[in-house]
Amino acid sequence: MLEIHLGTIDYALLVIYFAVVLGIGYMLRHSTRTSTDFFLSGRSIPAWITGLAFISANLGAQEVIGMAASGAKYGIMTSHFYWVGAIPAMVFVAIFMMPFYYGSKARSVPEYLKLRFDEKTRAFNAVSFAVMTVFSSGISMHVLAKLLEQILGFNYHMCIVVSAAIVLAYIILGGLTSAIYNEVLQFFLIVFGFLPLVFLGLKSVGGWDGLVAKLGAVATSPTNPAGRVFESGAWTQSWAHMNSPSANPMGVEWFGMVMGLGFVLSFGYWCTDFLVVQRAMAADSMAAARRTPLIAAVPKMIFPALVILPGMIAIALHHEVGNFLPKDASGAIDYNMTVPAMLAKFFPPGILGIGITALMASFMSGMAGNVTAFNTVWTYDLYQSYIRPGQPDQHYLRMGHIITVVGILISVACAYVARSFNNIMDMLQLVFGFVNAPLFATFLLGMFWRRATGHGAFFGLLSGTLAAALHHGLTLPAGATIGIKGGWLVGGHVLHTYPVDMAQNFWMAIYAWTTCFVVTIVVSLATQRNKSDDDLRGLVYSLTPRIKEEGLAWYQRPAALAIVVLVAAVILNIIFW
Amino acid sequence: MSAEMRMDVRLPIGGMFTFIGGLLVIYGLVSDKAVYHRSLNININLWWGLVMLVFGVLMLALARKATQEARKLAQSGGKGLATGGANK
Repeated sequence: MLEIHLGTIDYALLVIYFAVVLGIGYMLRHSTRTSTDFFLSGRSIPAWITGLAFISANLGAQEVIGMAASGAKYGIMTSHFYWVGAIPAMVFVAIFMMPFYYGSKARSVPEYLKLRFDEKTRAFNAVSFAVMTVFSSGISMHVLAKLLEQILGFNYHMCIVVSAAIVLAYIILGGLTSAIYNEVLQFFLIVFGFLPLVFLGLKSVGGWDGLVAKLGAVATSPTNPAGRVFESGAWTQSWAHMNSPSANPMGVEWFGMVMGLGFVLSFGYWCTDFLVVQRAMAADSMAAARRTPLIAAVPKMIFPALVILPGMIAIALHHEVGNFLPKDASGAIDYNMTVPAMLAKFFPPGILGIGITALMASFMSGMAGNVTAFNTVWTYDLYQSYIRPGQPDQHYLRMGHIITVVGILISVACAYVARSFNNIMDMLQLVFGFVNAPLFATFLLGMFWRRATGHGAFFGLLSGTLAAALHHGLTLPAGATIGIKGGWLVGGHVLHTYPVDMAQNFWMAIYAWTTCFVVTIVVSLATQRNKSDDDLRGLVYSLTPRIKEEGLAWYQRPAALAIVVLVAAVILNIIFW
Repeated sequence: MSAEMRMDVRLPIGGMFTFIGGLLVIYGLVSDKAVYHRSLNININLWWGLVMLVFGVLMLALARKATQEARKLAQSGGKGLATGGANK
């Protein structure tokens, strides 16, 4: 059992952080006079702020705890989530998709779907997105509370109430602006909280070279997390062991990884998820909106050093001493304890307070991101569209306040539900697989093929989501029990057994995407176009005038920034090949 | 509400990091040196506190500079054009 004792100085730092977070909300309390202010920050925020918020909103439980856990379990291959997954997708959304999101004046991603396709496609997306955001927010809350209960001995219910109340307060006071400002603060706090951890951890194992040697011993030992012997570079080389699923701890080969994670899941998340797109939509100009994901890509590229490396160091230490990482109730290693174990080992009082505060900041930014996206989609896409249309703006602003409270209450309920999973990362990937994987096919066809129809999009999405569920019901990861992990359709006689649940998720995404892509095309060709070329101006690539970027310095031009970002990502892949 | 009336985000960030950086520096100076065996005998509070302090002061300076420029711009006749630290 891992226990951390906080000193007075650590509590003081925590209290200061909470005070500043609430203070930001208080200072911004007069800045939300209209619903646009509350939900979209009045489209008035400069690019560097929206850029840092873009990445910080994604920095929830999944990022800090989940990525460190994956770093321990799978080693540096986890960096594929960044250098193959996130970065190309962020470049794509900036260059090709932001012109439609920002330019169409849609107020949300579902609203874009309504403008481009039809009402039912929007409703489908809005409902599934709303469910997903409250669920994610609930997971963040649950993980935070469980962690604080385990390591600090805090009361679980008190943690839930306090974190929910703080997030609620600063969103109600300042709306999206307050959430974004806090996300920027949280971004810096997370960087400053984790950098010394990485520094001390690396120093203790003898630098990168020392870590490679120690992880070589992990890879070649049958007692490593995967329980199988690999070549010595399996934990420290990101590509060299991807020829077959059995040669690496993640249990995937390069095709499943590049297509499933890189193409389908990452593009599905970064390009269509309103949670992150909302930050870019708050930017003060089209150029700033397009720069937002590109600015975010720079820290995102370096994040593996901050969140994956601690996991790799932890497993190296664990392998040497045998009890560095604590075990859970079933006797298996509890990988979610990777970061707390590192904090306990290397941080004396003082800096420990910064580390714990950074951890809390990451959970709160994840929660707030989900809640602000949820209240916007609820108010604009569900309430205003189907329940009470045509009310004055103040009515919707008031609804925004009410639904923020309701959304947080539902999140609290979800927190109590979300308890039976071993690795949060895998679970979030599963949810994103059902909902997001088919979605990117819909957007790709919607933005680049004017013939795609409303019926095509709707039935494509529906069948893609069903395909995901079907795949999940027919397959199972090795050693897993039937149920939430898969196989529930056939009661044990599964069609395929994957070596690791990660591989199952990637392939589920591939099937879902392909199904949606094919069905959308077939149904579109079989149905009448429901939007004329005039309707689609500004919504489809071939019908939208190219954006002129004269008068901007090269480093302000999205295309130039995109090239710099992509080249850097390629170099990182090669260095850690 | 327009951007010029809104608080500069660097103000709370700079303020917080200046404060907690300073606090860590002081704690690093007065704390029992034995606690630093965990951080490989490096007085991590002192050194990292200094780094955070410098970052915080830098943020405050940038926010102040932006406010002054905005004020200058407003005085020179461009009424309502000040962007309150909007670093575009």
